[in-house]
Amino acid sequence: MLVEEIMNKDVITLSPNDGIETALKLLNEHHIRHIPIVDQQNCVVGIVSDRDVRDASPSIFDAPEQPGQLKNPIESIMTTPVTTVHPLDFVEEVAGIFYEQEIACVPVTRNDELVGIITEKDMLYTLIQLTGTNVQSSQIEVKVINRPGILPQVTQVFGKRKLNISSVLIYPYKPDSDYKIIVIRIQTMNPLPTIEDLKAEGYEVLWPHLPGMSP
Amino acid sequence: MICHSSFVFSDDFTRYRFRDDHPFNQQRVILTKDLLEKEQALTSDDITPPRLATDQELRLVHNPKYIDAVKRGGEGLLTESEGLEYGIGTEDTPMFTGMHEASSLLVGSTLAAIDSVLQGKVKHSLNLGGGLHHGFERKASGFCIYNDGAVGIKYIREHTDYKVLYVDTDAHHGDGVQWAFYDDPNVCTFSIHETGRYLFPGTGNVNERGLKEGYGYSFNLPIDAFTEDESFIHLYEYAFRQIVEYFKPDIIITQNGADAHFLDPLTHLCSTMKLYERIPMIAHQLAHEYCEGRWVALGGGGYDIWRVVPRAWAQVWKIMSTGTPFEGPLSSSWRNYWQPKSPVRLPTNWNDPEGSYQDIPRKQEITEKNLKVLEKSMQFIYNQKKYNSSS
Repeated sequence: MLVEEIMNKDVITLSPNDGIETALKLLNEHHIRHIPIVDQQNCVVGIVSDRDVRDASPSIFDAPEQPGQLKNPIESIMTTPVTTVHPLDFVEEVAGIFYEQEIACVPVTRNDELVGIITEKDMLYTLIQLTGTNVQSSQIEVKVINRPGILPQVTQVFGKRKLNISSVLIYPYKPDSDYKIIVIRIQTMNPLPTIEDLKAEGYEVLWPHLPGMSP
Repeated sequence: MICHSSFVFSDDFTRYRFRDDHPFNQQRVILTKDLLEKEQALTSDDITPPRLATDQELRLVHNPKYIDAVKRGGEGLLTESEGLEYGIGTEDTPMFTGMHEASSLLVGSTLAAIDSVLQGKVKHSLNLGGGLHHGFERKASGFCIYNDGAVGIKYIREHTDYKVLYVDTDAHHGDGVQWAFYDDPNVCTFSIHETGRYLFPGTGNVNERGLKEGYGYSFNLPIDAFTEDESFIHLYEYAFRQIVEYFKPDIIITQNGADAHFLDPLTHLCSTMKLYERIPMIAHQLAHEYCEGRWVALGGGGYDIWRVVPRAWAQVWKIMSTGTPFEGPLSSSWRNYWQPKSPVRLPTNWNDPEGSYQDIPRKQEITEKNLKVLEKSMQFIYNQKKYNSSS
C-alpha cells in the first residue's frame, strides 16, 4: 500500500512567523496533534507538535498574567529539519520511521512541496484494514511448515469451496522456527467444512482448539 | 404468571432450506412445536398462522434491487456474478427455488407476531421461524436473506411511536439489526455474543455505540470463547436491566438464537440449558415491568437441531405462556418418535447433567475478562447517570 492512498490531503499549516498562540488555537479547534510549518513556496521548513506548544505555554501553576511566551513566533519552537516521506513510499516504511525515530507524524512532500500528512492514527487504521477485521468474516489459524510454496497449497483448500478470503497474515511460530502460522479471515459463517478439509490435507488448525471441545 | 400469548407457526417454514447438508435447518421449529404439543404446553388455540410480507414491507429495510435479485434467484434467473454482488449463491446463502417466497414468509411471520401484540390480542408472541439478524439492506449474509427483525422493528415504528428495545442472545453478533438502526435513537439494540476475534461476523465490539442521534443506543457484550452459564447469565441479566432502566422501551423484541450451547457445532461458548431458562425469564419479567408485557420473541441461530434447539426454544414458549420453565424428564413420546430419525442420541432431561463437558481450564480468567467487558459496555450508562444526577 502506498502513502498516497492513506495520507490526509487537507493539511492545516502555519508559516514560521505565525504566533505560538495561533498554533495552540488550531490544535484545539481541529483536534490535531501536529502542524507542519511551510514557507511561501509551500515547502516544509519545520513542524510543531502539541507537546512543543504545551512546553512553550505558561504553566497552569504560574500566575495568569504571563501572556508573553505565546506571542513568540512559531519558528522559535518548531522542530527542524523535518523527516518527510514521498507519496510513492510504502506505508510499511512509514511505520518503520515512526518506530525508529519515535515520532508520530510525517508530512508528505512531492518536489519538496507539501501534499499531505500521515499520522500514527492513519497507520493504525491501515493496520486494522490489513488484518481484515473490519469486514464480516470468521478467522482460522493454521500451523504450517516454513517452506516455499506452502501458502498456495493452503489457500487452494479455501478456493475449492469458493470461499472469499478477506485477509491473510503470516507470522513465525515462536516455539519452533521450522513452522509458521497463517491467519486467514474468510467470509463465511460456517468454517467447519473448510477446517475439516484443512485437517484432511494434514494441516494443524490452531484455532478453534481446546481438547474435547467442538468442533 | 399465566399470560395470553401466541405462537406463530406454519409447516411451510421448512421451505427456507438451502441444501440438505446446510447447517441452517428449519426442521428444528417442527421439532420444537412437536415437543411442546407432546408436553401439552401448546394447543391449536395458541397458534397464529403467518402471512407473507409484502414487497412494500420488505422495502422498509431492503433495497428494491436486492428484493428483485432474490426473486430472480429463486426462479433460476440470476447469474452467479449478479448473485454474488448481493451475497446470494455463496457457500453460506446458496440460491434455492422459491427463496423469495420462503424468506417473505419468515418476515411475514414476525409481522404476524408483532400484529398480535400491537393489537392487544396477546401480551407476548413467539415466532421461531424468524430472527435472521445478519440480513443487510442489499446483501444476504450468514444464512439470512431478509432481516425479519429489522423489518419488524421498522414496522412497529411506522405504526406506533413505541420505543423498541432489541435484545439479541445469539452467539453471533446481531450485526444486521444493529447497523439498520445505528443512527436511530428510538431503537436500542443490545447484543451479547461470542467475541468476534475468531467468530463470524467479527463485529460487535463494546465501542460500537451508535452514530449521530443514535449514539448511546447500541450496546454490545462480546464475551470470551468457552464462557459458561454463570458468567453469561450474570452479564446478560445485569446489562439487560441496566439498559431497560436507561432506555425505558415500550416494547421488547428478543432474538433467541440457541447456539451458545456447548454442543453447538458453529460456536465456542459453553452454556447449558440453564442459560435457556434464564434468557426468556428475564425478558418476560422486564417486559411486564417496563412495557406492559409487550414482548415479541424470535428464533435465530441454533445448529444442533436435535439435542439443543427444541429444548431451548420450548422453554421460551413455556416461560412466555406460564412464567415457569419445564423441569425433569423430557416427554418420552417425543423422544420415541424422533429418536429413529436423529443421528445423535436425544437427551432425556430438560436440564443437561452436571459434567456434560470437559472443565474449562481458564474459567476464572474468562469470567474476569467478561466482567471487564461488562464494565466497559455499561460505562456509557454509568456516565449518563452521573451526569444526570449532578445536573
